[in-house]
Amino acid sequence: MKHDKIERNLGWLLVLTMLAISAGGLVEVVPLFFIKETVEVVKTADGKDMVRPYSPLEIRGRDIYIREGCFLCHSQMIRPFRDEALRYGHYSLAAESKYDHPFQWGSKRTGPDLARVGGKYSNDWHVQHLTAPRSMVPESVMPNYPWLIKTNLDTSDIELRMRALRTTGVPYSVSKAEYDNNVKQFGEDVAKTLHIPDAEKNLVAQAQAGNYDNNKDNISEMDALVAYLQVLGTMVDFKQFDDDYFSKFR
Amino acid sequence: MATASVVSSEQYNYDIIRKFTIMTLVWGAVGMLVGVYIASELAFPFLNFDIPYITFGRLRPVHTGAVIFGFGGSALFATSYYVVQRTCQTRLFGGDGLANFTFWGWQTIIVLAALGDVLGHSQGREYAEMEWPIDLLIEVVWVVYMVVFIGTLMRRKQPHIYVANWFYLSFILATALLHTFNNLAVPISLFSIKSYSLFSGAQDAMTQWWYGHNAVGFFLTAAFLGMMYYFVPKQAGKPVYSYRLSIVHFWALSFMYMWAGAHHLHWTAIPDWTSTLAATFSIMLLLPSWGGMINGIMTLSGAWDKLRTDPIMRFLIVALSFYGMSTFEGPMMSLKDVNALSHYTDWTVGHVHSGALGWVAMISFGSLYHMIPRLWNTQVYSTRLINVHFWLATIGVLLYITAMWISGIMQGLMWRAFDDFGNLQYSFAESVAAMHPFYVMRAVGGAFFLTGMLVMAYNMTKTIRQGNTEGSLAVAAA
Repeated sequence: MKHDKIERNLGWLLVLTMLAISAGGLVEVVPLFFIKETVEVVKTADGKDMVRPYSPLEIRGRDIYIREGCFLCHSQMIRPFRDEALRYGHYSLAAESKYDHPFQWGSKRTGPDLARVGGKYSNDWHVQHLTAPRSMVPESVMPNYPWLIKTNLDTSDIELRMRALRTTGVPYSVSKAEYDNNVKQFGEDVAKTLHIPDAEKNLVAQAQAGNYDNNKDNISEMDALVAYLQVLGTMVDFKQFDDDYFSKFR
Repeated sequence: MATASVVSSEQYNYDIIRKFTIMTLVWGAVGMLVGVYIASELAFPFLNFDIPYITFGRLRPVHTGAVIFGFGGSALFATSYYVVQRTCQTRLFGGDGLANFTFWGWQTIIVLAALGDVLGHSQGREYAEMEWPIDLLIEVVWVVYMVVFIGTLMRRKQPHIYVANWFYLSFILATALLHTFNNLAVPISLFSIKSYSLFSGAQDAMTQWWYGHNAVGFFLTAAFLGMMYYFVPKQAGKPVYSYRLSIVHFWALSFMYMWAGAHHLHWTAIPDWTSTLAATFSIMLLLPSWGGMINGIMTLSGAWDKLRTDPIMRFLIVALSFYGMSTFEGPMMSLKDVNALSHYTDWTVGHVHSGALGWVAMISFGSLYHMIPRLWNTQVYSTRLINVHFWLATIGVLLYITAMWISGIMQGLMWRAFDDFGNLQYSFAESVAAMHPFYVMRAVGGAFFLTGMLVMAYNMTKTIRQGNTEGSLAVAAA
C-alpha cells in the first residue's frame, strides 16, 4: 500500500504536509496583493484620490481605538444589504481601508457598525457618550471611558509612528519630492498633513482648531479619538459616482 | 508498581508532561474565570467599574489568550509530548533542556500576553493581539518545539509514524506558517512595544482570517484530533475504527482548512471569488471533519457499555459529538445567505463555544483524566467527581450555546426587520436591550462550565498529592 511509504518516511510526511497546508493561502490570499481590482480606484473629477492617509491626530485616535479593543464590539464594514444601507449608509469599499494598518473591519456587532459614524453625531455627543455611554443610550452595555478626557495625549513619538507607517507603504512624506507627489495625489491641503517633519505641529493645530473635547487648554486622548471617529467613512463622496461603478471591482 | 514507575520515568521524560498538565488546569481555571467575568460585563456593564484594565475590550483577549494558548496550548504540549514518546518508544529529542525551554518559554508568553492585553498593548488583530516582542518569543519557542517533536519522530523505534503524530505535526507546521505571516509588522522603534501591521485593508483582512480560521483549524482541531487518535483508542481499549478513513480525512483536512478562512469575510470588501471559493471549501470540509468524528466514535463500537460505566469515555465521546455538531454548523454558517444573518451576531460566538467548550475542552478533560493517574502512577482520587464535572460541563455548554443561538438569530432578524412603511423596525439600541436575558443565561452557562473546571482541578490536585505520597512511600520502602 502506498501510504505506508509516507508513514515510514518522515521527510515525505513533512514535505507533503507542507504542500497540503500551503496551497490555500497561495491561491486565495497571495494573488490579492497583485490583482489591481482588489482595491477600487476612487478619484475626484480632477483626478485626486478621495481616500487619504490619516492625519497625525487621527493616527493617535486610531491607536487609542485599537488600545481599548473597540474592534471587538464594533465592526467597520457595512455590507451591501438594504437594512445596512438604511442604518449605516453606503456599503464599505476596500479603498476606504487601504491605509488601515491593521484593518479594523471587526467580526462582531455588540455595538453598531462605525464605518460611517463620522459626522453622524456632534463632538459633544461623542465626548459625553464615551465618558458615560448610558447617559446617552440607556440600553447600552458599553464600558465608561472616563480616563480619555482626563489623560493628556502623548504626542512625543508621532513622527516615529508615521515613519513606521511610511515603511509599510502609507505615503507620508519626508522629502520635498515625496511632498510634491502627495500634492499631486491628494491636493495641497491634505499633502501638508502628511508631511512627517511637521507632524507634531499639525497634530496640535488640528486638535486646537477642532477642539473635539471642548477644552482648549490641553490635548487629551479624547481629542484624538473623537477626531478619528469623526473622519470614519467621510472621505468618499458617493454622489460623484454612478451606482454601478463600484460593483465592477467585485 | 514502584519499579514500573522508576523504569517509565527513565524511559520517557514525564516531568515535562506533568508541568504542562498542571498549567493546563491552572490556565483553564483562569481563562474560564475571565470568560465568565466578561460575559457578566456584557449583561451588567457596571462590572467594568471604570477601570481601564478590566474593560471588556482589554479583558477579552486575556480570556481568548488564556483559554486558547494557555489551556489549549499547554494541553497540546503535554499530550503531544506524552503521545510522541509513547508511540515512538523513545525519550524526547534534545534532552530535558529543550523541553524545559518550551515550558518556561510558553508560560512566559501567556503571562506577558495577558499583561500586555490589560495594559492596552494590542496589535488590533483578533486572537493575535500580542505585540511584536511577544510574537518573536512565540516564534523562537515554536521552532524549538518543532525541533523537539520532529527530532523525537526521527528517533522513533517503530518503523511507522502513528496517526496521532501526523495530526500533531500538521498542527505544529501550520501554526508556524500562520503565526509568521499574520504577525508581519513594523515596530515604531526597537524600544517601543507599538507596531503597525505590514499589510492593510482587504489584504490584511484576508491574512488575518486565513490565520484566524486556521488557528481554529489546526490549533483547535487538527491537534486535538491528534489527542483523540491516541486517547480514545487507549481509553476504549480498542484499535482505531478505520485506518483508511484516518488517512483520507487527515489529508483532506490539512488541505482544505486553509481555503476556508474568507468565509469570515462574506459580503465584505474582498473580491467575490475569494468568498465563493472559501464557502465551497467550507462545505467540503464537512466530509473530513465528520470522517474524524465517525472514526473516533466508531472506535467504541462493541464497547458502547463503557458510556454507562466510564465517565472518562463519556467526556471523549461527547466531545466528538460536539465536534460533529459544530463542524456541521460551521459549513452551514459559511453559506452566504445564512452568513448574511449570522455574521456580526452572537450566533458566531455560540458556534465558537460549541467547538471550544464542547469539543476542545471536553476532549482535553477526557485525555487528562486518562493521563494524570498514569503520570503520577496512581488512581484517580474520585471517579464520582469526574461524573459531576461531566454534567456541569455538559449543562454549561448547552446553556451557553442555546442562549447564543437565540440571541444571535434574534439580533440578525431585528437588524433586518422593516415596518409596513419600509423603514427599519428596530433601532440598534432596542436589539441590545433584547439581548440582556440571553447574556445573563450565557454567563450562567459559563459559570457551570467554570465550576466543572474547578471540580476537576480539585480532583486532580488530590490525585497528584496521592500519587506523590505513594511515590515517596515506595521510595522509603525501597
